[in-house]
Amino acid sequence: MSAPILELDNIFTDIAQYHILHGVSLHIPEGGVHVLLGRNGAGKTTTLRTIMGLWQAKQGAIRFRGEDITKQHTSDIARKGIAYVPENMGIFGGLTVEENMRLATLDGSFDQDRLQRIYTLFPALEKFWNSSAWSLSGGQKQMLAIARAMIEKRDLILIDEPTKGLAPAIILNMVEAFREIARETTILLVEQNFLFARSLGQTVAVIDDGRIAHSGTMAELVEDAALQTRLLSLSLDAHQ
Amino acid sequence: MKSMTTLVERLGGINLLPVLLAIIALVLIGSPSTWLTLTIAGLSMGMMIFLMASGLSLVFGLMDVLNFGHSAFISFGAFIAASVLAALAVWVAADSVLLNLLALFAAISAAALFGLVAGWMFERVIIKPVYRDHLRQILITMGALIVAEQIILAIWGGSPVAVPRPNFLSGSLIMGDVTIEIYRLFAFGLGLVTYMALHAVLNRTRVGLLVRAGVENREMVEALGFRIDRLFIGVFAVGSALAAMGGAMWAGYETLITGAIGSEMMIIVFIVIIIGGLGSIEGSLLGALMVGLMGNYVAFLAPKMALASNMILMMAILLWRPYGLRPAVK
Amino acid sequence: MNQTTNEPQGQTRGGRTGRLIAYGLIGIIAICLFFAPLLFPDVRSQEVAARICIFIVLVASYDLLIGYTGIVSFAHTMFFGLGAYATAIALKQMGPGWDAVIIGGALGVGVSVLLAALVGLLSLRVKAIFFAMVTLAAASVMAVLASQFSDFTGGEDGIIYKVPKIFSPATKLLTDENGKVLTIFGVKANGKMAAYYFVFFGSLILYFLMLRIVASPLGTVLEAIRENEMRAEALGYKVVLYRTAIFCIAAAIAACAGILRAVWLKYTGPETTLSFAIMIDILLMVVIGGMGTMTGAIIGATVMSVAQFYLKDLMQLASEATAGIPLVPDLLDPDRWLLWLGLLFILLVYFFPAGIVGTLARKGHHP
Repeated sequence: MSAPILELDNIFTDIAQYHILHGVSLHIPEGGVHVLLGRNGAGKTTTLRTIMGLWQAKQGAIRFRGEDITKQHTSDIARKGIAYVPENMGIFGGLTVEENMRLATLDGSFDQDRLQRIYTLFPALEKFWNSSAWSLSGGQKQMLAIARAMIEKRDLILIDEPTKGLAPAIILNMVEAFREIARETTILLVEQNFLFARSLGQTVAVIDDGRIAHSGTMAELVEDAALQTRLLSLSLDAHQ
Repeated sequence: MKSMTTLVERLGGINLLPVLLAIIALVLIGSPSTWLTLTIAGLSMGMMIFLMASGLSLVFGLMDVLNFGHSAFISFGAFIAASVLAALAVWVAADSVLLNLLALFAAISAAALFGLVAGWMFERVIIKPVYRDHLRQILITMGALIVAEQIILAIWGGSPVAVPRPNFLSGSLIMGDVTIEIYRLFAFGLGLVTYMALHAVLNRTRVGLLVRAGVENREMVEALGFRIDRLFIGVFAVGSALAAMGGAMWAGYETLITGAIGSEMMIIVFIVIIIGGLGSIEGSLLGALMVGLMGNYVAFLAPKMALASNMILMMAILLWRPYGLRPAVK
Repeated sequence: MNQTTNEPQGQTRGGRTGRLIAYGLIGIIAICLFFAPLLFPDVRSQEVAARICIFIVLVASYDLLIGYTGIVSFAHTMFFGLGAYATAIALKQMGPGWDAVIIGGALGVGVSVLLAALVGLLSLRVKAIFFAMVTLAAASVMAVLASQFSDFTGGEDGIIYKVPKIFSPATKLLTDENGKVLTIFGVKANGKMAAYYFVFFGSLILYFLMLRIVASPLGTVLEAIRENEMRAEALGYKVVLYRTAIFCIAAAIAACAGILRAVWLKYTGPETTLSFAIMIDILLMVVIGGMGTMTGAIIGATVMSVAQFYLKDLMQLASEATAGIPLVPDLLDPDRWLLWLGLLFILLVYFFPAGIVGTLARKGHHP
């Protein structure tokens, strides 16, 4: 394995009086798509929020390119080249599509090449460029959320369940988009949808009850039906 | 019915409420000239209240912080302006519009500057330790309000302070039966200009974009790489400066002010932002104009009910729209 | 609320000692209040003792909201005032009889509950912060109305009236064999004493009523809501209804305290019931005593009332002593005592949010 771009070392996170993560360790290699699988409430979202500094880890260390970012401010973490697409997409509904995109640029100006690539991937965004974001459909909002993460060159993109509630056709569009992004950026994808995850992921970690229950390559997990059943019985039932 | 609704929407929807209020008042008052005088008084009062309310509303929207001490900036603004105008009495009374304007400009700037600096300090000392803790926020800002009001009483004393009005702003325009105080026109104009400036900053600049985005989703703005807390200090200071400006204008309007000015205005300001919805300056303007108009109409029709009528208006709107007329999108 | 009040584990010996001190203080206060007419027979001390009794009720009922439920209301003086004014107006219009006290008092309590239900249902639906603003606005509107409708309320001057005959100083409560008023330890057992015990036992009953409420299932649900609103809602509790219910109860008790105040003072005006200064007193007392503790109300009300009593004298001295220095005497003027109370308040909320009782009970528990 190459040197990890992101490393979580025995992370514990509490929310109010609840202990959510009890010792999560992850190694995300540079390049490609890496998947964090787990059922509802397993701690997937908490892991991403802890990486972004939106919740503070009580114990443990998070290293990005070897640098400890555990205690850093969210905005500083973002400026190191980490983008975050939350589960609720974090779209600013009162702003236009253009304003949403402009906020995601660091200096307020667009890189035209990147913009063209986004338009090609998601033509709807060009069409509704000057409309309010709240008028977009759910799928279009997800496109906008991902486009925001693409408008600048990032080193790592954290994406929380992008397929939730989307139609199959749009999910195919997402697969294409993620392949495109993964050519220049590392993606850490949190998913419940194993079919979607396995079409993209190179490595996979399974989180359960705030701990990593398994980690390895995606190919291993795809071939080992028994392991799948043991780790993912609940979430797989829904899709097979 | 449906076409009626779309027609209302096209004409401006809830923005028509002040117009509706004015029409009802015209019917009740009867005399068009009285009505016009009251309407202009109401609009100019509304604009001054808007100055006082807009900052509070934005501060709440951006950081979920409700500052019960906001009215201290209104009071200080009023008293500082009064002192500056008194010190420049020669310019104020002079026959030259230029000198009048200079004195007025000095008074309003002094108030605004005080609001800016004191607001910044207030945020650092009082507000910062209690982010995200509403209960202690309410208690501490209330405590700060008490202290600020007592300081005002200690400096300016308990008896009413007279506020000299610049020469060119005193007196009235008389058109037929209609009497319009010049100061009211001036207050309305200044409020309108401030609103437009705020609107332009919020909608045309990058800082404004960040503020609007931050009001909606603070976390996401941070996850995009921006420091909301630093932005917030700025908004807080500007909001306090606007309140002080509003207080200064109000002092000139009342011409006689007491230490109670802040707490009196605070009630109105709360009513305004509850009616308008928290977090948007458009909502604050709408609420302020309605409260200004309502206050003046009712003061004429049933003088004792002026404040209570606004309270009833607020209750009715809470019943209809629990988040106010135009809250920021959350 | 940033600290939970129910932490059964880890109550150290320090906490137990602290609690013993708190109970000891309360015992002393209770004894002093019970024997106040005998121990402190001068008029001014009597006033303070009666004021303490009434404010204990007022503060404890306010704590039902702020401490036990986690909502901030600024309308408590409005209900206090409604109880007092209704009683006062009835006594003035109907003459000094018990019928007036009962009818006026019932009206005051009834209107308070209605108003509380209205305000609660309207503004507790959205956010607790709206509630704080709406109650503040409602209270000031009420104060303005009271001063404007002076035909009923006497405006800024208030109302002076007579109270039932048993409370008149000329009434002989107990007589000796000669038919004269009996003196106990040199204190006359007259109507003034009857009035004091009316206030004392009235307050005591209301206080025990609140102890019952806090210990009841309603109290448990309210605490659950305060700790985690979302979870309580998810468990099926109608948060708005519970909050409105406790707001109505607190309003009714505040109105009852108002009745006691009206009967004791034989005068009701904005300064004694409706003014914002009283609201600030209540806030200070609740924070000094300790939010979320019924015993805190007793200590808070007593400490503040006694302090206010002497603070002004102290400030007078300080102000005179610093007469030569600019601005300082102005800041130390007895009229500026609120300035210092405000500062004290801010410091308390920063550094001792648990108040006296909370700090004592938890001593040695938190680092």
